[in-house]
Amino acid sequence: MSDTAIRIRELTKTYGDRRAVDGLDLDVRTGEVFALLGPNGAGKTTTVEILEGFRDRDSGEVAVLGTDPHGSPRAWRDRIGIVLQTAGGLDLLTPREVLRSTARSYASPRDVEEVLEATGLTEKADDRIAGLSGGQRRRLDVALGIVGRPELLFLDEPTTGFDPQARRDFWGLIRTLAHDGTTILLTTHYLDEAEQLADRVGVIAAGRLLALDTPAALGGRQSQEATVSWEEDGTRRSVRTATPTAEVATLAARFPGEVPELTVTRPSLEDTYLGLIAPHVTDERTEVPA
Amino acid sequence: MNAIALGLDRTALELKMYSREKEAVFFSFLFPILLLSLFSVIFSSQFDQNGAGMSAAHYFLPGMVAAGVLLTSFQTMAMSVASERDDGSLKRLRSTPMPPVAYFLGKVGLVAVSSVLQLAVLLLVARFGFGVDLPATADRWLLLAAVFALGVFAGTVLGIAYSSLSSARSIGAVVIGPMLVLQFISGVYIGWDSVPEWLRQVASLFPLKWIAQGMRSVFYPDSMASVEMAHSWETGRTLLVLAAWAVGGLLLCVTTFKWFKRGTV
Repeated sequence: MSDTAIRIRELTKTYGDRRAVDGLDLDVRTGEVFALLGPNGAGKTTTVEILEGFRDRDSGEVAVLGTDPHGSPRAWRDRIGIVLQTAGGLDLLTPREVLRSTARSYASPRDVEEVLEATGLTEKADDRIAGLSGGQRRRLDVALGIVGRPELLFLDEPTTGFDPQARRDFWGLIRTLAHDGTTILLTTHYLDEAEQLADRVGVIAAGRLLALDTPAALGGRQSQEATVSWEEDGTRRSVRTATPTAEVATLAARFPGEVPELTVTRPSLEDTYLGLIAPHVTDERTEVPA
Repeated sequence: MNAIALGLDRTALELKMYSREKEAVFFSFLFPILLLSLFSVIFSSQFDQNGAGMSAAHYFLPGMVAAGVLLTSFQTMAMSVASERDDGSLKRLRSTPMPPVAYFLGKVGLVAVSSVLQLAVLLLVARFGFGVDLPATADRWLLLAAVFALGVFAGTVLGIAYSSLSSARSIGAVVIGPMLVLQFISGVYIGWDSVPEWLRQVASLFPLKWIAQGMRSVFYPDSMASVEMAHSWETGRTLLVLAAWAVGGLLLCVTTFKWFKRGTV
């Protein structure tokens, strides 16, 4: 098995005179969870649809599991799983019926009962899909995406509209899949989701890769100044510092006991992300009316 | 699994979906059966007084068989494919290694089973409910099979092609409206002899008129051929026109079929 699940070089795609993808280079390693972030219109969806074999590129090289997705040969489809951003329909069937039928298209599918169990749908297996909750319906989409035992899974905004508990449960499911060796390409608007799940994060805007790193290190987060805050004389006070430990020690000496309401924070992934895309978001809004 | 086996599997799934959709079952499957029964009861006295030697049920049977052909094939396909395209079902299927032909085999299987079943029920109701004499000769049954098969096939491919014309939200109106008009001018609800000449000309441009004419030649006594536009059954021309619609529909279906909703990929 190759070390690289997805290899993209100089990828471009133009709609009219707008460059949706503009010379993108990116590698996704086999076995990792890779989160692709970017504002609407950044070229995320176009890129993912080219990788999924749904859309043709203008130029550049793309290899997904060593195969050019253009033309999407059946043997290649057998090795990938796709969870689409919006999936509906199937209302009149049950999860078990759809999973069984879908599994039959694949060369070595997972056991349907096992997939129902893993996605927490065993109890709903014989209910009409129309009656499932939003979270259950999304778990069914994932079940359909993994029933073929894919080596690579595309997850497009999987938890939009979930309540917090449903998201936590869903993340557990994704972690299990990643643990079993499935390579996952995740696109999401939730920064905490990327932080929770991804081994590496890529930020794209205006069709180019702006930053690529682990969630913890993205955009130099680790080396940026920390903010130390506390309550004093009824007001909130804070100091930005490169040496937060020393600052806390000084505070500890000044106060008799606990420092009131003490917090030490570094820029969140969200802050870093918003900082990265800020110049491009303005461009987007002026150049490309939605 | 190979494409044929997957096609059979898709057929089973399609039949499950069809049978669970009450509106589809009512408006495409039961409707002609219901209307035949209703018309037979409502118009029974008028037809007896005519002394034309034909009961109301006998008079309306060919039209209802013809309407059934187009309802279970054209209407069912146009509506189901449009909604599957809109809700992303088609895109999802395209993302699996399922060969595309398996999807179409499933649709053909659904239409084959539902239309044959509908024809059988119509004939049983006509024969045992209203005492209509069914064709007595083998060549009439053979003609029934030929007109029926060509009609169903043409309706299926035309329905799949037609599904691309509209989104799922408005496909109901886009399908049912024209279908209703066609049924009125093609001699389904109103006797062919009562349709004005110019409307008959318009109806002749569409397949339903030819299916209905073929069915009349199967179920009516030969003396009734005088009500036809050419004062004969025109069996050869009927089969030719329907075959042309079938081939044209297939070409249209193959060249225009889209797995993705307009404005997405």
